[in-house]
Amino acid sequence: MAKKDQKMSETETEEEETEAESMSESESGSEEQKQESKGGGIDYIMSLPDVPRNLPPHVELQRTRVFANIDAPTHTDSIQYSGAFASVGLDNSFRLDQFRNNFRVEVIRFSDDGMDMEFDMIGIDPAIANAFRRILIAEVPTMAIEKVFIANNTSLIQDEVLAHRLGLIPISVDPRLFEYAENNAPNERNTIVFKLHVQCAKDLEEEKGQSKKKKEEKKVPPRITVKAKDLKWLPKGSEFYLESEDSNSNSSSKSKTYTSFTCSQDSLPKFSNNKIGFKEPLDDINIARLGPGQEIELEAQAVKGVGKTHAKWSPVATAWYRMLPEVVLLEEIEDEDAETLKEKCPVGVFDIEDIANGRKRLTVARPRACTLCRECIRGGEEWEKRVSLRRVKDHFIFTIESTGALPPEVLFTEAVKILESKCERVISELS
Amino acid sequence: MEHGSYADNSNATFSLTDEDHTLANAVRFSLNQDPRVSFSGYSIPHPSDNRVNIRVQTTGAPAREVLKDACQDLMMMCQHVRSTLDVAVADFKLRNPPKKDEDTDMK
Repeated sequence: MAKKDQKMSETETEEEETEAESMSESESGSEEQKQESKGGGIDYIMSLPDVPRNLPPHVELQRTRVFANIDAPTHTDSIQYSGAFASVGLDNSFRLDQFRNNFRVEVIRFSDDGMDMEFDMIGIDPAIANAFRRILIAEVPTMAIEKVFIANNTSLIQDEVLAHRLGLIPISVDPRLFEYAENNAPNERNTIVFKLHVQCAKDLEEEKGQSKKKKEEKKVPPRITVKAKDLKWLPKGSEFYLESEDSNSNSSSKSKTYTSFTCSQDSLPKFSNNKIGFKEPLDDINIARLGPGQEIELEAQAVKGVGKTHAKWSPVATAWYRMLPEVVLLEEIEDEDAETLKEKCPVGVFDIEDIANGRKRLTVARPRACTLCRECIRGGEEWEKRVSLRRVKDHFIFTIESTGALPPEVLFTEAVKILESKCERVISELS
Repeated sequence: MEHGSYADNSNATFSLTDEDHTLANAVRFSLNQDPRVSFSGYSIPHPSDNRVNIRVQTTGAPAREVLKDACQDLMMMCQHVRSTLDVAVADFKLRNPPKKDEDTDMK
C-alpha cells in the first residue's frame, strides 16, 4: 500500500511532498497496527488518530477545483468512480444522506418581471446540472402556433414566412392545462385558436384625376405594423367553415369548422380567470407591416410540443450555468504590482487595500464577477506565479430566462420532474 | 432491452430508445458512484438514431438490479433538489416581496 501512495504522489505535480511522506508513514504505521489486531476490522483502524480520514490537501484541491491555466484548463473531470481513493481508504461512493447534507440552493436574484432567475446550486455534479439544463431547453412542453389557415394575404410577407413568424411568438398560457394533440381532432383540450384580420386603409383620395400634380395635398395613409396584440383569441374554436362535400346538405345541419370544440374554452374554469393572450411586453412583437390596401386574414391553431421537435416550443429564451470562479493570490502583491494587476482586470475583481507605511496590498473583492478572461495571468511567467484562477467543481450558478409561459422556478421544477419520469420509465422497462 | 449473457448476469449492455445524453450521462454518473460497479459507460451508436447504449459491469451483483438502483438514486436526488429549491425560492420571496419599484437585494 505504501508503494501505491508514493506512485500517487509522483504523478501529482504539487509542492507539498511532506504531506505525502507523512501520509505514507502513517499508512505503514496503520499496517503494523493492523497486523497486531487482526480481528480489529477496518472501523477500528480508521478510528485511530494517525490515519488520515481525508485526502491530503493537494489531492483535495485537484478533486474539487478546475485549474484555469494560461494554456488550458486542467483537472476538468469530476472523479466519480467509487473506488478512486480506495488506496487511501476514502470511500468516494454515493451516500444519499451525505448528498442531502451537503446540497444547498441559494436564490440570488429575480428580475423585476419575475421572468429571469439566478440561483446557485452547491453540492451537485455537472452531469445532473447539465441534464437539467438540457431538459429546460428541449423537453419542457409549451404551446406554440403550429397550423395557420390563411384566407387572404395580400401583404409583402410571404405565406410561409408569416406562418413561421407566428409560430415563434411565445404564448403566455400554462401548457400543463393542455394535452398533446397527437392524432386526435383539434378540440378545446388540446388547441388554442387565434384569429388575425388586419387591413391597411387604401389611399383616401384616389378618384381625383389631379392627384398626381398636387402631391402635397394627397393624403397617403401611414403603413401599419401588425403586432402580436392583433391576434385575437377565439374561445369557441375555428370560425372558418369546411366545404361540405354533400351539395344537398340542409341549412339546419351544423356546418363543420376546422376544429371540433365541444364547448367554449371560456366556460372552462381554468380559463375563466386567465384570458389566453400575449402578456406585456410580448404583445409588442412585430408580425408584419402592411402598406395601403394590403390585408391579412388568417386563423392560427396552437398546440403543445417540446423544444426537441422545433425551437418555437422551447419555454426559455435560454438557460445556462457556470461554475463559481475562485481567484487566489499565491503571493503577497504590493505597491506597483498591485496597481498594475488591479488595472488589468476588466471586471474589477481585485481591490487595493491600504496597509501600514502607506503601502498598498491587493485583495480579491469580487471573485464571482470573474469571467476567466485570464488577463491577470497574461504577460509572462511572473504573473502566472502570482494568481491562481480556479473554478469550484460542484458549485453552479444557474440563470434561467423564461419567455413568459411559466415562471422560471416552476420551469425548473418541471424539468426536475421530467428527469424523474425518465428514470421511472427506465426502471419500468427493466422490470 | 438488455444485451448480456444468460450465464453471467453481472455484465450487460442496456439499449434505451428515445434517450440521449441528458439521461445517459446522469445515469452513468449515478452508476459510477455505486461501489458494486467496476465499469460503467454510455455510447451513442449514431446521432441520428435516438438510441443510447449503457454498459454496466459489476463485481458480482446482477447488472439489471444495479442499474435499477442507480436510477432510484437519481430519482431520490431529483426529489431532494426539487424540495430544496422550493424552500429556497419561498424563503427568498418572503424576504424580498416582489414589488415593481423595489430593488431585489440579497443579504
